[in-house]
Amino acid sequence: MTDRSLYTNHNGDHNGDPVLSTTALSMVFGGLIALDRVDLKVERNSITALIGPNGAGKTTFFNCLTGIYPPTRGAITYQPEKDRQINLKGLAPDRVTQLGLARTFQNIRLFNNLTVLENVLIGCHCRMKAGLFGALLRNRKTMAEEKAFIDFSYDLLVRYGLQASVNELAKNLPYGAQRRLEIVRALATVPKVLLLDEPAAGLNINETNELGALIENIRSQEKLSILLIEHDMNLVMKASHTIYVMDYGKLIAVGAPSEIRQNPAVIKAYLGEE
Amino acid sequence: MATLWISFLAYPLVVLRINTNTKSLDPQWSRLPILAASVFVITIIWRFLLKRRSYLRLTKAVNEASGLSVPKATWLTTVAKSRYRRKLLVVLLVIVAIIPFVSTPYTVNIMTTALIYITLGLGLNVVVGVSGLLNLGYVAFYAIGAYTYALLGYYFGLSFWICLPLGALFSTILGFLLGLPIIRLSGDYLAIVTLSFGEITRLVLTNLGFTRGPRGITNIKPPSFFGLNLNGAPKAFLVEHFGLHPVMDLNRLFIYFIILAVVVLTIICVYRLENSRLGRAWLALREDEIACQAMGINRTRAKLMAFALGSTWAGLAGVVFASQITFINPSSFSFMGSIMILSIVVLGGMDSIPGVIIGAAVLILLPEQLRFFSNYRMLIFGALMVTMMVFRPGGLIQSVREVYIHQASDSPPEPRPVVATPSTMDQEILND
Repeated sequence: MTDRSLYTNHNGDHNGDPVLSTTALSMVFGGLIALDRVDLKVERNSITALIGPNGAGKTTFFNCLTGIYPPTRGAITYQPEKDRQINLKGLAPDRVTQLGLARTFQNIRLFNNLTVLENVLIGCHCRMKAGLFGALLRNRKTMAEEKAFIDFSYDLLVRYGLQASVNELAKNLPYGAQRRLEIVRALATVPKVLLLDEPAAGLNINETNELGALIENIRSQEKLSILLIEHDMNLVMKASHTIYVMDYGKLIAVGAPSEIRQNPAVIKAYLGEE
Repeated sequence: MATLWISFLAYPLVVLRINTNTKSLDPQWSRLPILAASVFVITIIWRFLLKRRSYLRLTKAVNEASGLSVPKATWLTTVAKSRYRRKLLVVLLVIVAIIPFVSTPYTVNIMTTALIYITLGLGLNVVVGVSGLLNLGYVAFYAIGAYTYALLGYYFGLSFWICLPLGALFSTILGFLLGLPIIRLSGDYLAIVTLSFGEITRLVLTNLGFTRGPRGITNIKPPSFFGLNLNGAPKAFLVEHFGLHPVMDLNRLFIYFIILAVVVLTIICVYRLENSRLGRAWLALREDEIACQAMGINRTRAKLMAFALGSTWAGLAGVVFASQITFINPSSFSFMGSIMILSIVVLGGMDSIPGVIIGAAVLILLPEQLRFFSNYRMLIFGALMVTMMVFRPGGLIQSVREVYIHQASDSPPEPRPVVATPSTMDQEILND
């Protein structure tokens, strides 16, 4: 069962055109195999979820994708366009972000002592050009760029309902808004793939439902693909098109939400053996 | 309780006086009650402030819980609000520019030192306050600037005006070179490496032949003013018409105005840097390195830039220092110097330009004004730092982030909100 579902092609209503795929991605910390030959595909314009019990290696997988850890073996193929392939393995985190992979963090990592707007502006960093002399001389070009990106950031904040707290310090925001701001900050890099690491952690049921709608909104409006790590099964089942299940660094199942719900291997991993 | 304890601790310091005439210990018991009383009073004030602080916190929490907005501005933070900041700085500048005409050469000298330390503080602020890289060897860059001028003047007779940019350039390059091996470090490790760098620089200067070792370099020339002898006719003119102090050395006065110009330049540059793409990258670096990288910021480059640019100001200040003091040797650039500059930044307020200015003023000018207190200077210094850390851990003037004003757009075709920034307002003023 496990093997079959692992290697079946789940096209569904998607066109089988992955924007991001890993092949046999492994990460070894000393003697610990955190990731064991993970093959994962994120279809273009879809929401893919990665679930699994605590310590399964989900966040490690994210860290490998975004270059924070260099993966031990395997390949990460990123296709920003259909006929363009980039191997992300071994690239520095800032390079990965510049190419179009943005992420949020499990424990919120905002720039706490900066304002909400500045947080988003930092997200614009890699698309801005101003250098040292632009900053010092404040020439027309630099100021025009600065203004354009402030407008862009403000628009983004308005779209995601954070305009009221533009000048607020990030640390003073309520928790839910901080989660949202982190997503907005990631969107400011104009990514092709958005990696969300447990965006619903610490949110209540209402907020989680809102988040589900928000994620779907982001996908359709920003035209990007989302890879989601989540523990909240309600959210995962509702929001995602494809679900990958990981346990002890291995993928144990893959499929549409309805299939995963009945998959014995998944049930075993979550609930133990009967 | 605290009173007794401190009385006991300070007893040898305050009560026992060595009578040098009779070579005997001469306890002065009358001082003890005074000490005890003052400590008692201070403790009470201390307690009161602590209570007040916890009360303020409580009310704030209650207000927040009940959804009331909390007025955040205290009088100290309002000073830094952008609207008034510019005017305040201009007023301050005018006052500082007038001072030499109404005071003595001694005051001018101290003010020059203070201004040098403001430059240093602002430079270190870029590294420590904005980018969050603890640099304990900052004085080394200051030394590089000073030695650039001293040595080039000594061996090649180069003038102040050539050496000023050269000093800045050399310390920038050195900052860059120091940055290269240590970009991987952060926190304590970074502090240790920079600390040893500062000491190494001092030792190298002491032991190298051509730097003339501990003897230092004497007779450093003052900056020239178009080859004019300032102490001749111009001085007579100023003394007569502007009430200048008759014994004022005009070369010193000139240096005063040079460093004043450097300070103004520094303030403008640091302010602009801080509110630019580069400055935001530094701030991001300080706040969270991993998130900073995840935003596509090249960490290595940002760190190197911070180190190199921070050192530039130290180089500038060093050149001016050498010309002011006319004699430098390696012991002018001891570890205490780095600590002093760091204290200015910490006391004044990390990442806050007015804070650094106030910090430098307090730490350089106050000890001069309190000379009669000089025995207890370090004691007071320490007490001040402790008090600061308890009551205002963010510094005297905490940094205030730029506020962006949102204006509704008038043009109907695109109902898109326009955000005006203080910087764009500058642009408008310039256009007018």
